[in-house]
Amino acid sequence: MQIRPTTTEKIAKFIIWTISILVVLLLFFIVTFILIKGIPTLTWEFLTQNPASSGREGGILSTIVSTLLVTMVAIIVATPFGVGTAFYLTEFTHESKATRIIRFSAESLAAIPSIVYGLFGFIFFVIFLKLGWSVLSGGLTMAVMILPTIIRTSEEAILSVPAQYREVSFSLGGSKWQTITTAVLPSAFPGIATGVILGIGRCVAETAAVILTAGSSIHMPNSFFDPARTMAVHFYIMAREGISMERAYGTAALLVIIIFFINLMANMIVNRFVAKSR
Amino acid sequence: MESVLKISNLNLFYNNVQALYNIDMDIKMNHVTAFIGPSGCGKSTLLRCLNRMNDLIENCRIEGSIQLDGAEIYDKNQDVVSLRTRVGMVFQKPNPFPKTIYENVAYGLRCQGINDKKILDEVVEKSLRKAALWEEVKDRLGQNALRLSGGQQQRLCIARAIAMEPEVILMDEPTSALDPIATAKIEELIQDLKAEYTIVIVTHSMQQAARISDETAFFLMGELIEMNTTKKLFQLPNDKRTEDYITGRFG
Repeated sequence: MQIRPTTTEKIAKFIIWTISILVVLLLFFIVTFILIKGIPTLTWEFLTQNPASSGREGGILSTIVSTLLVTMVAIIVATPFGVGTAFYLTEFTHESKATRIIRFSAESLAAIPSIVYGLFGFIFFVIFLKLGWSVLSGGLTMAVMILPTIIRTSEEAILSVPAQYREVSFSLGGSKWQTITTAVLPSAFPGIATGVILGIGRCVAETAAVILTAGSSIHMPNSFFDPARTMAVHFYIMAREGISMERAYGTAALLVIIIFFINLMANMIVNRFVAKSR
Repeated sequence: MESVLKISNLNLFYNNVQALYNIDMDIKMNHVTAFIGPSGCGKSTLLRCLNRMNDLIENCRIEGSIQLDGAEIYDKNQDVVSLRTRVGMVFQKPNPFPKTIYENVAYGLRCQGINDKKILDEVVEKSLRKAALWEEVKDRLGQNALRLSGGQQQRLCIARAIAMEPEVILMDEPTSALDPIATAKIEELIQDLKAEYTIVIVTHSMQQAARISDETAFFLMGELIEMNTTKKLFQLPNDKRTEDYITGRFG
């Protein structure tokens, strides 16, 4: 039987539309569910007190601080390495076997499950380098994990800078380094920033890799060598061990809100730069 | 008349494909020299040899000699950065940086490590005046250069090149992306600039070459067919191929 093209088009449109709506609804449902369950717990005390009696009482301040510290270590370590690698791949070398290997490795790294990074971090940072379960071990592991994201997004951003900026800069007597820092980097910055912010998002949300490397101490870390429990880990333990579902939801809600703001910030940075360069 | 650039026996290869054949040419000081010829004849390639922009292209090999004021520019002791400050370039499409008008003009100086505001202010004004843009932009130097019109942008690019006080300015089809009025302004500007600078311009428009240049070189398939004073080349070409081209029989 022959179906008229206009009919197939209508059917296709309907199916695609339904699927998109389902996806959006699903996301909306999850977020609303968590927020409804969690927001009543999000009191000032909850945010500003340390957990007490394994998390049954008190707040989640130490886990917020731990999250910040682990993320900070990861970003400080991963950004220069990631952006540096991206610049090397795009500006300092021609396409060759070596660049293809580096690129392939970065892509493969991005596909490795986080628990594997956790195991690596545990063996390498915690045991071999004797850093123990600590903010540092957790942060370094996360740095390795987000490196491929930062490399890829930075590379895309650098490649999208028009070749003419480089030519002009060279023609005006700019050196390679000056060309990169003053002509290429400003234009690539929004893309690079997006990669870094995506990395922050992954650090904030990560559980498996952090639990194996930063530990799950509920106490406020006093230094980078202290064990720590990030919000995601806290939320996992609260729920997993049935300590307090309501506190688990509270933490989850805060996590969702933070991730929402991180993404919002990423968008704003990009838009501002795009607007500025017009 | 003294020549600034002396090209002798220049051959250029991309990978192993030869793009320029045995070019010999003198470029005279304070003259406008036009390169004409059909697309792919090697005129832009030759232009880009003069400030070593071809160095940026992988697998580009150059044989022969180009001398700037008697010094070999392909000498291995030649500092490419200082060469490019002496031989400026204006590109086909106006290509200001997405920075302010002021910073565009100051770019080259800043690369030289000159950050003294007084010097920069002075050079920016002088360069913009020379590029006949000062009156139009003096009240908005802090504005993003991309908001200027195409013709203004191209004059800004000329100002940016002038700011380095080069001896030679290379122009690679500088008006091909502009409307006739903007083109006329640039042509007028080129006439003014030749008092101080030597200008080499690649152009697709024979009328333009005839209007603004003192000397014209005609290229075909990577060879320099003929070079002469513009008047002579257009009125009484020596070579049949030149005649065919300028009378519009091909290209």
